[in-house]
Order: sequence, then structure tokens, then C-alpha cells
Amino acid sequence: MKTIHVSTFVNGDAVEFICAPDESLLDVLRNRLGLTGVKEGCGTGDCGACSVTLDGRLVCACLVLGAEAEGAAVGTVEGIADGDTLHPLQQSFIDHAALQCGICTPGILVAAKALLEKNPDPTDTEVRYWLAGNLCRCTGYDKIIHAVQDAAQKMRSA
Amino acid sequence: MVAVTIWGSLRRFTDGQGQVEVKASNFKELLDNLSQDYPGLKPQIERGVSLALDGRIYREAWFTEIGPNSEVVLMPYMAGG
Amino acid sequence: MALDNSPKRVFTVVGTRPPRPDGVDKVTGRALYGADVSAPGMLSAHILRSPHPHAAIVSIDASAAEALPGVKAVVTAADFAPQEDDFLRDVLDNCMARDKVLYDGHAIAAVAATTSAIAKAALKLIKVTYKALPHVTDVDVALRADAPVVQTGRSLETVPEGMSQNVTGHCEFGHGDLEAGFAKADLVVTRSFTTAATHQGYIEPHACLASMTADGKADLWCCTQGQYNVRSLCAALLGMEASQLRVTASEIGGGFGGKTTVFIEPVALALSRKTGRPVKIVMSRDEVFKATGPTVSSSIDVKIGMTKDGRITAGEAQLRYSGGAFPCGTVDMGAQAAFAAYDLAAVRTLGWNVLTNRPKEAAYRAPGAPQAIYAVESVVDELCQKLGLDPLNVRLKNAAHKGTKSSYGPTFDDIGLVATLEAAKAHPHYSAPLGEGQGRGLSAGFWFNFGGNTCVSLNVNTDGTVGITEGNPDIGGSRAAISQMAAEELGIPYDKIRTIIADTSSLGHNDVTDGSRVTFSVGLATIEAARDAITKMCHRAARIWGIDEEAVVWKDGAAQPAGPNAGKFPPMTLADIAAVSFNTGGPIAGHYEFNADGAGVSFGVHLCDVEVDRETGATKVLRYTVFQDAGKAVHPSYVEGQMQGGAVQGIGWALNEEYIYGTDGRLQNAGFLDYRVPVASDLPPIETVILEIPNPGHPYGVRGVGETPIVPPLAAVSNAVSRAIGTRLNSLPMSPPRILKALSKG
Repeated sequence: MKTIHVSTFVNGDAVEFICAPDESLLDVLRNRLGLTGVKEGCGTGDCGACSVTLDGRLVCACLVLGAEAEGAAVGTVEGIADGDTLHPLQQSFIDHAALQCGICTPGILVAAKALLEKNPDPTDTEVRYWLAGNLCRCTGYDKIIHAVQDAAQKMRSA
Repeated sequence: MVAVTIWGSLRRFTDGQGQVEVKASNFKELLDNLSQDYPGLKPQIERGVSLALDGRIYREAWFTEIGPNSEVVLMPYMAGG
Repeated sequence: MALDNSPKRVFTVVGTRPPRPDGVDKVTGRALYGADVSAPGMLSAHILRSPHPHAAIVSIDASAAEALPGVKAVVTAADFAPQEDDFLRDVLDNCMARDKVLYDGHAIAAVAATTSAIAKAALKLIKVTYKALPHVTDVDVALRADAPVVQTGRSLETVPEGMSQNVTGHCEFGHGDLEAGFAKADLVVTRSFTTAATHQGYIEPHACLASMTADGKADLWCCTQGQYNVRSLCAALLGMEASQLRVTASEIGGGFGGKTTVFIEPVALALSRKTGRPVKIVMSRDEVFKATGPTVSSSIDVKIGMTKDGRITAGEAQLRYSGGAFPCGTVDMGAQAAFAAYDLAAVRTLGWNVLTNRPKEAAYRAPGAPQAIYAVESVVDELCQKLGLDPLNVRLKNAAHKGTKSSYGPTFDDIGLVATLEAAKAHPHYSAPLGEGQGRGLSAGFWFNFGGNTCVSLNVNTDGTVGITEGNPDIGGSRAAISQMAAEELGIPYDKIRTIIADTSSLGHNDVTDGSRVTFSVGLATIEAARDAITKMCHRAARIWGIDEEAVVWKDGAAQPAGPNAGKFPPMTLADIAAVSFNTGGPIAGHYEFNADGAGVSFGVHLCDVEVDRETGATKVLRYTVFQDAGKAVHPSYVEGQMQGGAVQGIGWALNEEYIYGTDGRLQNAGFLDYRVPVASDLPPIETVILEIPNPGHPYGVRGVGETPIVPPLAAVSNAVSRAIGTRLNSLPMSPPRILKALSKG
């Protein structure tokens, strides 16, 4: 089978890989680049556990082909912290117990960060609807909303 | 002798009695003697039972001491999730 | 290990909210879950699954698959030795069908190849000849004498003669004179209910990596709630000894009971044995829905009698549960839990387990209780409505309390039901006004909670820090709670302690993380292990001071002389003693192993306000409050998390979640699009009120809390919806089409 050579940027680093034409960006990130922070929950774009950004746009990596990353900037959970300094969202999730098993957390952090970059002062309803594509089975979402709002407030006053 | 409460669907193996008297000073003796006195109970006991002793549920503890005035209730072996 | 009640304990670490030790790893993506590891030379495997709900396997020809370049092995049931024991045979037959396939998605063969794509392609080359058989997926149809028989000869001795062979189990509980009880009632209501099967819905599909070497030793990495149980099951199915199989639990992406057994692990081990290479299997979401362990589906009849001033005089329930194609004992627990919240003179519950051509049931948070309590609490609510009585007052009037002979037999000790009911009654939610088209529902709920086999090892490092090794995968923040309890006992700061979860070779057996048992039993073992280490540290101090061992006590994190007569020595902290441990006898550790009993039951009460759109049938949950007795909340944030998470799973179960089977016996909604779990925009904040009625069986009073929260929501939501639309509903889920149908019936 013909493979495709792709040059892209992941979390700011120049990266190259080869992949099959029908291979998803999710599989590339996890299996070829070793970035297992992005998770497969369903493979069909219904759970959001594979949320990443592609040129700043929030997408499900399972619905994007690896080949589509050519020349683009991919953002994953591994790129959210600044070196060893956690992003306010990450710190807030720990402080507010907004994670239990944590499998949805990478996707939710990527999604929440994308929201706050677009809308730094969302209402609770806006946060809930933005995150409606990210399933969480452990928390009931309550502490997640608190954590996002607390981080948003800290980021606004920084 | 200890009075043991038997749950409803097992009573056909104890001649319809909801409570039977058994010689026992601990959990293991109780189960061994129940099986002996009422052989129809043996399959269930072998599959597993719990014992509620004065309101506390014990799942497997053979040497749990049973006093003559204790409330002893036989229960199915419990599983959770 | 009874409750430490004298003097009344003041906690310094227990009851606070420190950060969880796995937090940073999980928010940075560093934490490793089941599918996140690889090994050199690793093969990928996929599983071939039956498209038929019920069929005989006439032949399997894997030759073309085996010949495909890159394929290294194919396994079927023939690669596993048959099992004598019923329980193990069912586990094995479920992992890999032998002779018959029993449900849509049942595994029949597995292929290991150098890439996942090749393994998938190889599946298509396996030729299977089936002989389709009649199937049955409905529990009440499966009971009938003329129903297709799923398995023969599986009925236990408790099943009366003359029933369909699909009826495999029967139970009965209760006490008192029902006839007399119903005669005393002013109103008797009899209703029938059905609940659809649901799935735990963990976001992480099952995944494992098995590596067996030529000397017969194996390493298995998997996401599981119980690595020791995985070891026991896999060792039995593969014919290995326990010490030869080392199972490591990954971080787990949700379990809720569904990861307490094995599905792919024996298959991966068998493939690894056959190929001599590591083999990785990751389930797809479709496979998770079709071929792991959903709940039972149920059909329940309830009859309750009440006087006009709200006293329940008699209660009766018949529960028919189906745990799929293999015998299942969940109805025993449902039948025991059904009336557990009530103090009744006359009560009887009968339970039946019935086989259907559906996947093999696995536990889901308080297995059996949600369905049974949904039915009972719905009838209690209907009685309250008809008699014009306040539903909370009626619960209070009939509530089980210390000294109540429970519906399942034992007499209750200290329990927190009345306290939770009173907290609900006093809460502003209960008296808040309701708008047009809105309804309020409530339900009590209950779970037994367990203890179980537990080992903890606590090691004191020479720099004064402490390492705790325990054996229970952390599904709710237990590592933090365990460190907190150790910090409390030792008198050292929380962040001096690191708790890790051992693999099966590093620590003795621990029962599965289930039954809401970890904070209770592992906590208890940790407290005892800490006390063991303290005793040893006091002995070291005594030797250093040259005084009698009995003359040293532990206070505020240090060894001190017991009194002025013992001698004037400044206290030696844990760090001081640890620093010279090599000189005073060697490394210092405490440990504890036991089979814990005395887990306290946990009661909860939920209040739910809904608004129903009469045009679309959609229900909006407006307000939700959870009241629960935690005994002692070691880490209140994680107790709240269990209350909120369980409540939301229950809301999903009540409103939308169900397994939908076609007349062809195939599962129609094996994905998150059509198996609709709650999302963030569906829900309001979930408010929590923690009560603390200490459990006499634990030094700090801890009760398990994880399972009870899924029990009340089914009836709380159903009662709210029924009141909102003015018609009682008796089937779950109450999805929009069903609500519209109920509205049109008038």
C-alpha cells in the first residue's frame, strides 16, 4: 500500500511521519509519534476524547486523516503546559477535583483552552454547550464547569 | 445451638422452616452442620453464602465466633461493581 | 478494628482536600492507560465476532487467514482447555465461543499480526459456517415455555420444576404476614415496570498487552478494576500458576463494575503463547457495547399497601432479570435491596434470572439495586400522590433505622437514612416553588458495600518520607484518601507520603476495586499498617533511649517517653528515627493483611426537578441535589465526585440510555451517537450534601459511597417526570418518544 510522507508541526515542534492514506490523525499521533495523551474513546467523533487543535481549530483527531496535517499546526494536551509550569486550566482541574479517572481530561482541556481563547468570559451555559462534544462518565460535569470558570477568571485577571 | 434465619427460596430444603437451630460456635461449623442437617442446602452453600451476624455481613470468615444469642442470617454471597 | 470513639477524634488531614497524586500526570497526558503502552516486536490482534444472536458453530476454517503475510497466529476455543467449573467455563465461553454463539458480537476467533490493519484484513479471511438458531432477547418472552432455549441444564436447584430452561435461578426474601398486611391498608397499588439494559459507558475501551515467554512466564498489562482477579481468571483459563503470571493494572479510564472481569485478556495471552511475541488488543467502541458486560434488563411487579396516614403495611415485589446468555446472580441483590429503606412488618421479594441472547452481564455500580428500587420508589410515590401525602414525610414515617429488621434479614445497626431524609426535608430545594410543566421527584437509595481481602505495605524511607504499596486500582481518588489516612495516623504531612498500586507480584492478593470497598478496607489496612510501623518505631526509640518498650508512645508524629517517670528525652520524629534505621535494626515497615468485614451500608436521598416539553417529549433536568451518608468523608471532593458521577449515570439511565435490539436479535445502537449518555449541556449543577453517621466497623467511621448514588436517580427522575406530565410512567428510559406516547394516551 502506498504510504504518504507528511511534514507538520505538533505542539510547536517540526515533525515528520509516514502514514497510510486512510490512517487517522489519532492513530498517527498515538502510534507513530508516541503522543498517547490523545485518547480513542469511540473512533467515530462522538466522545471528544481525541480532541486536538488543527491550525487553532478544535477537531476530533479520529475524524481527521493523518495526511491532512501536512503543513498544519497540531495542538495536543502535551503542549498545554509551559515547560514544567501547568496552564491555569490544568492547575484548576487538579484544585477543583475536576477529574476522576482522567481519560476525558486531555480532550476536555484542549477543548476548554480553545473556548477561552475564543471567549475569555463565557457563561456556565456557554461552557456546557461548548463542552457538549466531550463525554465524561465519572464526574457529572459539575466540577469541570467550576474548574473552567475558575481558570477563566484567573486568566482574565492575569 | 444457634438460630439461623434461612431466606425464602431455600426453605423448601429446611422443611419450610424460616429459622433452624444448628450446633455451631463459628461460621465454618455453622455451614458444615447446616449442610449436614439439611443436605438440600449444600449446593447453595458450596456456591457461596454470606453470613450476617448481629447486623454485620461476613462474606467468608470461617472463624467468626457466633454466640448463642447472636442474630444469624444466611445471605447470598454478595458482589459489587 | 472498631470505630475510635474515645476520646472523640479531631482529624487534621482526614476531611481536608489535598491534591490527588495522579493529578499532574492526568492533566498533562502523561498517565498511561490500557492502550498507551507498546513492546518491542509487538503484534496487534483483532477478534472475529458472530453476526448471529444464536447459532451453532459448524466449522471454522482459518487457513486463508493464517496464510496472509504478517499473520502470526489464529486462536479459537480449541486453543483453550475446557473448564470443569461452571463459573470459569462461562468466563471462558464468553471470551471465545465454544460450539455455539449466544449473542450478536460473541467472540469466535482472534488473529495476531504484525500490524493492526493486517489483523483486521485477516478476520475477513476466516471462514465460519453457522447454523442459525431461534433467538430471544426479551426477558418476559424468554420465561415462556415455548421460548427458544439459550442454554440447557443451567437451572439451579432453587428453580421450581416445570419452568423454561432459560430460568436459571430463583430467590425469595422477606418476613411477616403479607395477607394480613395488605388487609390493613387503605390503598393498595400494584404496578409493573420494565427497565432496559444499560452499559457502564466508560470512555476507555478495554485494552491489554500480553507477553508470554518460552519458559511459561507472562506479563499482562491491562486496564482493570482488579489485577489479582485478572490473574486468577487468566491463570485458570491458560493453565498457569499464579506466580507465573504478573498482572499490572494501568491507570483506568472508568470501570464502574464493567472492568471487574476479563474479555480480551485470556485471548491476548493465548496469542502471545502461540506466537512467542507480545500481543496487544484494544477493543473498539462497537465491541465494547456488543461484547462486554451491560446490566441486566428487567421486568418487575410491585404491590404496596399504605394506610391513609402514610404507613406502609405490606410490600411485595417480583423481579425478573436477564443477565444475558449466561447465568447471573444479580437478581439476588436486587431482591434484597428493593425494600431496604423501609421498616416493614410484612415484606416479600421474589427474584428470577432468565437467559436471553444478549451479552454476559457484568456489574454496574450497585448491581441489581437501581432497577428494584426504581420500581418500589415509583409505587411509593404513586401512593403518596393518590393519598395526598408528602412523599418525604412518608419516607420518614417508614424509614429503616437502628433496630429495624431489614427486608433482607439482618437487623440494622447505626444507619444514616433518617438523617439524609431530614437533611433533604430541611434543604431549600425541597421547598422551592415549581413552575408550570415542572415536577419534583425524590427517591431513597441503598447499597450494601463490601470489605474483602486486602494487603497494604507501608515503608519508611530514611529521609522521613513514606511509601505505601496497595493493590487496588484507583477509580475515584483512593490513593489520596489512603495517603490521608496514613498521614493522620503517622502524624506527618500528606505530601510526605506516596501511595502506589502494586502489580500482582509485588504484594499479596487484593480483591477487586468494587463494592465501594477501597476507602473502607484499604483504608482500614493502611491505618493498621501505620500502627504496625509506629509500634516498631517506638521500639527503636526505646532502644536508643535505653528504656522499656512499653514506656514509649507516639504523639504528633514522634516517639515520646510515655510519662515523666520514663525519662527526659526530647521526642524523636519519624524522620529522626528513619535516619538511623540502618543502625538500629534495618529498614522500618508496617504491613497488614486481612479479609475485611463490617462495611457499613450507605443510604442516599435524591431530589430532582424537571421540566417536560410536551411537544417534543424532551425532559430538562432543572435542579438536582444528592444527600448521602458517607460515615466519614476522608476527602470530601472525591466523595462529592462519586455522588455527582453516580447521579448523572442514573439520570442517563432514567432518560435516554438503553440497549435497543431489533427483531433480528442484533444490537442496533452500539455507539455513543445512539446510546445517548448525558453531556454537559443536558445537566444543571449537581448539588451535594454529605452526612456523616459513623460506621461502627471502621476506626474513622468510613462507609463506602461509590455505588449508592446511582440507585435513587431512576425513581427520582421518573417521579419528577410523572408529576410534571400528570401521568405515571413505568418503563425506562423515559425517552422523548415514550413520553409523547404516554401524553397521547391521556
